[in-house]
Amino acid sequence: MSAATPVSTSAVPTGGRPPITAARRRRRPMPYLLLIPATGFLVLALGYPLIRQVVMSFQEYGLAQQFGQPAEWTGIDNFSRLLSDSYFWLIVARSILFCLVNAGLTMVGGISLALLMTRISTPVRLVLQVALLLAWAMPHLASLTVWQWLFDTNYGVVNYALTNWLGLDFDNHAWLIQPLSFYFVATVVICWMSVPFVAFAVYAALTQVPGDVLEAGEIDGANGWQRFRLITVPLIKPVLLIVGLLQIIWDLKVFTQIFVLQDAGGITRDTHLIGTYVYQLGIKEGNFGLAAAASGIILVLTVGVGFHYVRLLVRQEDEL
Amino acid sequence: MTTITRPTPAAKVADVPTPRRRSTARRLRRALANVVALIAAAGWVFPVYWMLNSSVLPQREVRSREPSFVPAGGTLDSYRRVFETDFLNSLRLSATVTVLTVALTLAAAFLAALAVTRFRFAGRKGFILTVLIVQMVPVEALFISQFKMLEGWQLLNTVTGLTLLYVGVVVPFTIWMLRGFVNGVPVELEEAAMIDGCSRLKAFVKVTLPLLAPGLVASGIYAFILAWNEFVMALVIMNRPETQTLPVWLRTFIQANRASDWGAVMAGATLLAIPVVIFFLFVQHRMTSGLVAGAVKG
Repeated sequence: MSAATPVSTSAVPTGGRPPITAARRRRRPMPYLLLIPATGFLVLALGYPLIRQVVMSFQEYGLAQQFGQPAEWTGIDNFSRLLSDSYFWLIVARSILFCLVNAGLTMVGGISLALLMTRISTPVRLVLQVALLLAWAMPHLASLTVWQWLFDTNYGVVNYALTNWLGLDFDNHAWLIQPLSFYFVATVVICWMSVPFVAFAVYAALTQVPGDVLEAGEIDGANGWQRFRLITVPLIKPVLLIVGLLQIIWDLKVFTQIFVLQDAGGITRDTHLIGTYVYQLGIKEGNFGLAAAASGIILVLTVGVGFHYVRLLVRQEDEL
Repeated sequence: MTTITRPTPAAKVADVPTPRRRSTARRLRRALANVVALIAAAGWVFPVYWMLNSSVLPQREVRSREPSFVPAGGTLDSYRRVFETDFLNSLRLSATVTVLTVALTLAAAFLAALAVTRFRFAGRKGFILTVLIVQMVPVEALFISQFKMLEGWQLLNTVTGLTLLYVGVVVPFTIWMLRGFVNGVPVELEEAAMIDGCSRLKAFVKVTLPLLAPGLVASGIYAFILAWNEFVMALVIMNRPETQTLPVWLRTFIQANRASDWGAVMAGATLLAIPVVIFFLFVQHRMTSGLVAGAVKG
């Protein structure tokens, strides 16, 4: 596998800009024909549901409609019901806090490991990279299964280690019952899953920082922290921003981890984040109008952050 | 995987000869860093190790107050118990959906990538931007209406319905990825072949397509991993026991055996993970660079 990335090759001159020839001008419909299949899938799988969701969020769409009654327009009823519900606000606040804590910890962990990778000998780096790669490659469901087993109340190895090695009283400790402890486990799992990507992306960026600039900084008397803050960080800032935004997006819409851990013994009402709450409202309780309105809020939050990500992504490209 | 071990300029800085009195301190610091790195590696690999370990231990050792850290006397009995469930049925379903998703995604994304790289047309930039923004729309915010839509079309619990959603989710990033690859093949090559008497189509098939093979493989693997791992849509759309994909099957399998048979659950998780982990190793580098795009000029 070559080190060349798909994007870096776009720097090849004329690669992306075909000269406009007479033959091409005559075939004007061609590019549009080529776009039909992709557009078709996007419209069917995402576009139409998106519109339908917006419509549904302004309708009374509950169990009665499931049995054939036409949906009734109720204006902003769903939204005002949600927004006047203090439980909903609690969930939104919880989700945002959870997202920021997790994204923050993941970034700190990933950047630390990336810096560590620049400081260790090659064989050790290879070992660390393989370990991170394995964790990153695991399907989320498989990882979540293992973590449930690690934190299992009766036979979990975490309780065993805390009790027998550190002398703490964690015998038969149920980790998922208390909300704070539930979120602690969820945070451990999410960081374990997402740190590898951050570490690899930041490490790739760090290898691009020219050594002589750092050396010059050292000669000028900058200490390690100053060199990092004043030379390295500004140089890798685009990567840090993009990776950070991705973490925020991913952690805002977090669903699977919370959902599976709730199965494993979390009290759902005390541990809902916005994604699992939508599932409960819509799929479990059949309150589709309300659920659609609540998902609209996730959508606005994530696409709002996502918009910045896309802007950064596009700015990095010489041309689209 | 030669790419991940490249020596780094930053690491070289540390190797620059320094005055002797500082070199012992440096060596010590490096040794310390190595130790910290090994501890981190152990922490990250332990859950994966624990999954494999528990999956081959005899059942009574898994359910023991004294965990066995080494699979001495390993057995494949847990795997046998997995195959006694409807695992194979779910495997077949997952495989079907995954293969269809990969094929349809590659076809649609490839054509779209050609359009946006090889042609200039009105709306080209708009299309790329739309694709990038659509990619940001989270499934977690859309499954309610996707469920209603498929319900209305009688496509709940069908391969067609799930595949349709998967292709829609995977296609945007795949277009973005393939676009980079197609850009990397100079049009001049194709034009040279056309001067030599090839038709446009023939020039494309004979010259450009072979050069794009690595890109198609990488994108195909990306689609494979997504479809194989996907949980949220599968959970919502495939809600009957006989139409569960593997991740959803694993969830019900945990629920049924949490208290009694962690060994079999770990065997199930291992079986889910194996194909993905293998394929992932091939595309890891491209995924990283695709997600941060031009920010890393690697």
